[in-house]
Amino acid sequence: MDAIFLQILNGLDKGGAYALIALGLTLVFGTLGVVNFAHGAIFMVGAFCAVTMEKILTISAKVKDPSVTFFDAYKETPYLELWFGKTGSAIIDWVVPISIIVSIPVMLGLGILMERTLIRYFYKRSHAEQILVTFGLAIVLQELVKTFFGANPIPISAPDIVAGSAAIGSWIGLSDAVVYPWWRLIYLLFSVVIISGVFSFLNFTTYGMVVRAGMADRETVELLGIDIERRFTIVFGLAAVVAGLAGVMYTPILPPDYHQGMDFLVLSFVVVVVGGMGSLRGAVAAGFLLGILQSFSSMTEVKSIIPGIDQIIIYLVAVIILLTRPRGLMGRRGVMEN
Amino acid sequence: MSNTQIATPRQELLYMVVLSAVVLTMPLWLQPFGAAYPDLMQKFMIFGIFAIGYNILFGLTGYLSFGHAAFLGVGSYTAVWSFKLLSMNVVPAIIFATLLAGLFAWLIGFVSLRRSGIYFSILTLAFAQMSYNLAYSVLTPITNGETGLQLNQADPRVIDRMAGIEATSGLPNTNLFGLEGTGYTGFYICAIILIVAFFISMRIFHSPFGMKLRAIKSNQTRMSYTGYNTRPYLLTAFIISGMYAGLAGSLLAMTDPLAGAERMQWTASGEVVLMTIFGGAGTLIGPLLGTGIIKYLENIFSAFNDSVLHNMFSFLPDWLNDILTAIISPFVGEGWQLLLGIVFMLIVIFLPGGLMEGYGKISRMIRDRRQKPADDGSSDTQHSTGEV
Amino acid sequence: MGNVILDVTDVSKSFGGLQALSNINLRVEEGTVHAIIGPNGAGKSTFLNVIVGRLAPSRGRVLLGDQVLTGKQPHEINQLGVARVFQTPEIFPDLTLLQNIMIPAFAKRDGQFSFGIFKSLFAERGIREEAEHILEDVGLIADRNKVAGSMSRGDKRRLELAMCLIQDPKLFLLDEPTAGMSRHDTNSTIELLQRIKERGMTKIIIEHDMHVVFSLADRISVLAQGAIIAEGTPEEVRNDPKVKEAYLGGETL
Repeated sequence: MDAIFLQILNGLDKGGAYALIALGLTLVFGTLGVVNFAHGAIFMVGAFCAVTMEKILTISAKVKDPSVTFFDAYKETPYLELWFGKTGSAIIDWVVPISIIVSIPVMLGLGILMERTLIRYFYKRSHAEQILVTFGLAIVLQELVKTFFGANPIPISAPDIVAGSAAIGSWIGLSDAVVYPWWRLIYLLFSVVIISGVFSFLNFTTYGMVVRAGMADRETVELLGIDIERRFTIVFGLAAVVAGLAGVMYTPILPPDYHQGMDFLVLSFVVVVVGGMGSLRGAVAAGFLLGILQSFSSMTEVKSIIPGIDQIIIYLVAVIILLTRPRGLMGRRGVMEN
Repeated sequence: MSNTQIATPRQELLYMVVLSAVVLTMPLWLQPFGAAYPDLMQKFMIFGIFAIGYNILFGLTGYLSFGHAAFLGVGSYTAVWSFKLLSMNVVPAIIFATLLAGLFAWLIGFVSLRRSGIYFSILTLAFAQMSYNLAYSVLTPITNGETGLQLNQADPRVIDRMAGIEATSGLPNTNLFGLEGTGYTGFYICAIILIVAFFISMRIFHSPFGMKLRAIKSNQTRMSYTGYNTRPYLLTAFIISGMYAGLAGSLLAMTDPLAGAERMQWTASGEVVLMTIFGGAGTLIGPLLGTGIIKYLENIFSAFNDSVLHNMFSFLPDWLNDILTAIISPFVGEGWQLLLGIVFMLIVIFLPGGLMEGYGKISRMIRDRRQKPADDGSSDTQHSTGEV
Repeated sequence: MGNVILDVTDVSKSFGGLQALSNINLRVEEGTVHAIIGPNGAGKSTFLNVIVGRLAPSRGRVLLGDQVLTGKQPHEINQLGVARVFQTPEIFPDLTLLQNIMIPAFAKRDGQFSFGIFKSLFAERGIREEAEHILEDVGLIADRNKVAGSMSRGDKRRLELAMCLIQDPKLFLLDEPTAGMSRHDTNSTIELLQRIKERGMTKIIIEHDMHVVFSLADRISVLAQGAIIAEGTPEEVRNDPKVKEAYLGGETL
């Protein structure tokens, strides 16, 4: 029971990341009709927003180390600590939350820039060409990041206050051995909040409703005199923000490196397909579902029955779903058929 | 070189003669480019074969597969196992690798081709990732995991031992009945196989079968109302292209008998897509052209570094030299992939038909200008596929 | 009375709760031109789709001669001798006109799949000449090496007709062959269809343009709300009060 509960939790935070990326992919696909292979790279760029932020916050000066007296020793101390003392260190400690705030405008800008300068010229072109050009864009983005940050993963830590693990087992009457890292719990909550945010935006604001109407029938909405294209630009930006935030938040869980985006992209596409192309709810459900499945299949008990299953489970599920339910779990009729 | 005309046997002969001459004299005419060394020329040939095969699927049918690196990997592993178990002779290695890759392609194609468009792409991607992940984990006894599968002096090599060939000292070399599989002879083996591979692809392009594949790409609905069962056509094309990939994989193993799983990653599949599109998908020569140019530039640019750049611009004033070096250096050496990505994007944006389309456009422009300056432009063949 | 080539018995088709076709019975005699008319949404296209295998009927049976069509795939039904033109021409836009015609000719000769990856297209002289002959018939021979996607809509329509004609089908289905055409193109299409008529090929035509219907059809069925409400010679249908009512004066017969 304990193990199962833990595996579900483990799967949920990974599933949260899948769901957030898949949500953006679906949003872009549903509104703009564009298959965006650069979406994983956007996630990665988000993660590197946090890295950049950390680099900026820890710009350091060489100061003489007073604790060493018998020769001149220097240590690197961030200016923030020099200027603000304890407050400064606290700011550095809180780099991830700060990056979240900073990355929102950055990712929005990046998304809008991408849409206006590249993606919009591909609305009318074939899906194959969309895949190819965004694939090229993904390579460019990841290579740029590699040029600036190198090829090695860069660890970023969460604020100290949430460094440990939550004794989640004792809260709900399971054994005390069931503990779960605070940050992963926060990640889970965070993804739920973002997902609900996106859904409320689409369902309860007029702006969002127009976008949804545009997803269903673009021509009619345009006939009503609404500049749907501008809204779609914003939607692209929004999708970029969601993916970027997912990336920022994921940094304490997995140190980001430049090809992280590609790894997540493939998985997220699988998630989108399983959920059903064009279905936002499907994307979210499939994200969590596959996260949990993956975490269950990596249990040693399971692996001893079917060796290697943890490596392929997600793809296997995708293959089975595509063959038996071509529209995925919740796909709409007529989307991406033919 | 137009695809819209029906090629005559004389034209086919001409292609073969020209291609053979160009390929076989490579060691001569690549001298001035500094690319006439065997390793690089072998790569041209091997990836050329890979791209020619990929083009039979993508170029003719329009089905975008992201899984072909898996077949390349299967070919490499099979070839190395053949070297280990049977013989260092490349003939059994090539035959087994091609057949096994074909078998894999049959299995994966049979499932993937039940869907089309982006679903097909994602299915092939999923299969490729599965193979890659498995090669690294449970299949380690076959693939030797991260280390990669290598030769060993103590390998059985049953056929070689029966023939009384014993590795004397160190690792044995791959060979084709005594001709070494590496160096210049290795290149010529690859070159001759490439010529045969091109010939087969040309025959497919110029056969009714090839025309039907183009028709499937153009309008699959019409194909089925015209009485064709499209799936066996697609599956055949998929298997053929998979076998080409397996063949290329076995040749990689011939020139360097080491097989690693990284060859199977989907970004490696992306590379063959790139080479095919760069030259011109759906044209005969395009994939070869794309492979040659990309592999050549990769070779040049990835060797550059800051000091090479500094030397290159040493005739300039120092400050200008520094600026230029700073601007260019992110795109060379390690950063070559960045340049490749940018070039690739530019090609897809402006020349989706690849270099061959560019060539066609320019030659048409010149011809039009020469013939009649005031043409009504009715020869314009730009159009959309008009599919729903 | 000639041989019945198409025999449709009790065919119904419903989508969810919507009854698109109910109990359609239709016999088409060999060598005749049978027109199906009716207001928009009457189920005409659904009916064609059932015949060619795009849709499976919920109930009922379709026979071509003594072959059962129901439950077969579109390509199998074509191989049995049913060809179809669509409302918007379905051609191969990336191929030349000549190739567009050769593809169906190969299908007729080699069946639904033939391997032959080493055969030369160049050596297929017979098929090529046959294709050129048909192109000449429909007046497109001068453009035989042009890419089909660059042709005008009228030419695409004629090309599609030629693609079906080269298969010499037992039953030829035409879904609004003159839809969206100019008067001039319509007239030349009628003329073309009349010439085909003389070959004695059985045809079913769906058409809105009554001028076209009355200049071609031997018999007419009127479809309204998924059911056949009248059937007969053009003269009989013209005078049927039920037909007038179905059209509500929308079109003058």
